[in-house]
Amino acid sequence: MTTQPVLRLADIVKTFPGVRALDGVSFSVLPGEVHALMGENGAGKSTLMKVLGGIYQPDEGGIYMGDEQVVMNGPLEAKAKGIVFIHQELSLAEELSVAENIYLGELPRRSFGRVDWQTLADKTDAILKKLNVGFNARTRVGDLSIANQQMVEIARALTHEAKAVIFDEPTASLTDAEKVVLFEVIADLQASGVGIIYISHRMEEIFKITDRITVLRDGQYQGTVQTRETDEEAITQLMIGRKLDLSRAAVEHEIGDVALEVRGLSCGKLYQDVSFEVRRGEVVGFYGLVGAGRTEIAETLFGLRDPSAGKILLDGQEVRITSPADAIERGISLVPEDRKGQGLILGMNCRDNMTLPQVDDLKAGPFVAEGAEVAIFDQYRDRLDIRTPGWKQQAGNLSGGNQQKIVIGKWLSMHPNVLIVDEPTRGIDVGSKSEIHKLLRSLAAQGYAVMVISSEMPEVLGVSDRIVAMYSGKIMRTFAANEVTEDSLIQAISGIGGDRAA
Amino acid sequence: MQPGALSSTLRKGAIWGFIVLELIFFSIAGEYLSLSDKAFMDYDNMLLLLKQSAPIGIIAMGMTIVIVNGNIDLSVGAIFAIAAIVLLDSMTWPIFAGLGDWVIPVAWLLALIAGTLLGALNGLIVWKTGVDAFIVTLGAMLGYRGIVFMFNGENPTSHLNWTLVDFAEAEFLGFATATWFLAAVTIAIWFLMTKTVHGRNAYAIGDNREAAVNAGIRVGPHMMINFAIIGFLAALSAVVFYSESGSVNPNDGQLYELWVITAVVLGGTKITGGAGSVIGTLGGVIAIQLLRKGLGHIGADTSTVNLVIGLILIAVLILDRQLNIKSKGALKI
Repeated sequence: MTTQPVLRLADIVKTFPGVRALDGVSFSVLPGEVHALMGENGAGKSTLMKVLGGIYQPDEGGIYMGDEQVVMNGPLEAKAKGIVFIHQELSLAEELSVAENIYLGELPRRSFGRVDWQTLADKTDAILKKLNVGFNARTRVGDLSIANQQMVEIARALTHEAKAVIFDEPTASLTDAEKVVLFEVIADLQASGVGIIYISHRMEEIFKITDRITVLRDGQYQGTVQTRETDEEAITQLMIGRKLDLSRAAVEHEIGDVALEVRGLSCGKLYQDVSFEVRRGEVVGFYGLVGAGRTEIAETLFGLRDPSAGKILLDGQEVRITSPADAIERGISLVPEDRKGQGLILGMNCRDNMTLPQVDDLKAGPFVAEGAEVAIFDQYRDRLDIRTPGWKQQAGNLSGGNQQKIVIGKWLSMHPNVLIVDEPTRGIDVGSKSEIHKLLRSLAAQGYAVMVISSEMPEVLGVSDRIVAMYSGKIMRTFAANEVTEDSLIQAISGIGGDRAA
Repeated sequence: MQPGALSSTLRKGAIWGFIVLELIFFSIAGEYLSLSDKAFMDYDNMLLLLKQSAPIGIIAMGMTIVIVNGNIDLSVGAIFAIAAIVLLDSMTWPIFAGLGDWVIPVAWLLALIAGTLLGALNGLIVWKTGVDAFIVTLGAMLGYRGIVFMFNGENPTSHLNWTLVDFAEAEFLGFATATWFLAAVTIAIWFLMTKTVHGRNAYAIGDNREAAVNAGIRVGPHMMINFAIIGFLAALSAVVFYSESGSVNPNDGQLYELWVITAVVLGGTKITGGAGSVIGTLGGVIAIQLLRKGLGHIGADTSTVNLVIGLILIAVLILDRQLNIKSKGALKI
């Protein structure tokens, strides 16, 4: 390397009680370079970024900018040194205006600590113009769509004379058009000599825009490679330490009667005129961008929202589902998107989590029937291969994959006909992912009707018998597994093509 | 006009609509039910109402910024009582004996410093320990009240200084001294919250604390400043009120925190922080005072007043929730 890196992390070690979260990780960014940081969840990417941002102090090793060793004492100091973070989880104050959010923490001042609104608005509008977005500095952030909120987050990168910008999963909720704008912004930054750290799970993006890739696994540095000299398989292998079996978990089995049918279902502005059916023994994947209305359909079927029009039929009978209790009684179960927030009570043990929906029925006289509860837990632990030292283990202490199995087990123990799974492998590492996928396939084989909502293409492609592509509250097209291609699927969820072009 | 602007304007103006409704109701009901034959909407009566709003109102301005900041302060009533005692008692201290009437500003200053320090102490504990403000100030409420009782047992603390009483009872341009203080505090806090960096950061912290931390805003100092402000205002409220009355009971100021929080919530401030305005709070304060006065006017006793205010508070929150549910398809939780 001939040029001096703008930012260099050397042999960083960070330990937490019982865990060596980072073990001698080195990483450097050259000016004008896009450097991808990859690794499974829990590999240490976010810990490394927190060290860089001054939220954690490293136990060993140092951070260098140019020749100088620097100590980061907090996000503000990192920012002052020219390191800007673009967070994946939207870090925005919804009640405030776009301008205030973009300049959060560094509003321009006049005398007496007053905010200089004019300067603020001018600077913000200049940035927004560059991003080519349809809102202005004074718009309230809470009124923007998720994708536009992400653009606000991205706009923060442009407020500074940044030396290095860290993008953490910036494209998770962007449409293709917005991605193009983002990549242009990145190219602009690159051209002005800014070093960019790009964290993403999306291989196609990584290979499109990055120059080098660094991979972490279990807190250890696995190596840095030139992007154009490598391929997806090699990177995956670095990430998980073995080859990944991406082949479809396709155990073909018989498909039965229609268990759930939806006709012309609408719910206000969230989704309109949605019709589909799910048969017993079938996995139907729902694919689309965040905000396409998939989760809202699941919530309606589970009685959490009232539809404004349309019919829901279970086994051919029209039903009205008014509450989750009602849905559970009719045999519909929902494994929600946010496992930790909506699916589990993290402070409770595994057994209690699993029997939560039926604890009313498990009574010995006025008392909870502990024996029956343990029996249920044991049954599903064996069936789903949940790895836990025992039922007394707190759910919060399990790995993501095992947590998800507890949630699935919870609903299976209610003997549902229709199982709706929303983002089943979000935040779960690659190894456990394929296990969950196999589990979903085998559940279908046992005669459940399974709806899988996912934002990950390999996932829907891998598990589904049919795929429903949604765009902005409408079903664009339904694919059979053997006719779908990645291109046609992407076009459908971006609102291009399909049989009902937007 | 942007979409949603109408409904948000409606919501912001709702408290003033409610005030108009109260005025109409009590004027009409007063015609039939009132024991006195004075009209409710009498000019003097309204001036008196503004004056009587001042003690709660001044504290409510501080509570607005504390709640917007994502905290709450339950100890304001106790700080109010302590500041009152400091004010009245310090005027009798021998070391100030030679000062004559110059003891008044000294006593004022001491009371205000006491309030500010007690508030800042709350803020410091919230900042440094990370314990929830509700718990910290609940403890402070009990502790500070304990100090009040330790000072003079169950006995009132009294000192009348006639110069002070004259000042407090003075009127300027028709408005009482207390009213002017309320107006000044309202303007000052409005300026602080809408125009200054500190104020906007307070909103950001209350709205999304993690975002604020990520943006490098130093959350702790902002919170401490706001607690110091509310402590100062609780003391200022005591100073304004007791300059006139000259006698403080150890139980004075009890339940003030609840009246103040009620006024702030009625005024449209989000109890979880991030949204709210001082102007709304002023409306909330006036609405409550109107209700108390109006119900008195038509012959209801204090217990009825409390019942009615309680019911209205809950009704307002239910209404607010209904207005906030965007459509029929909203998530049912």
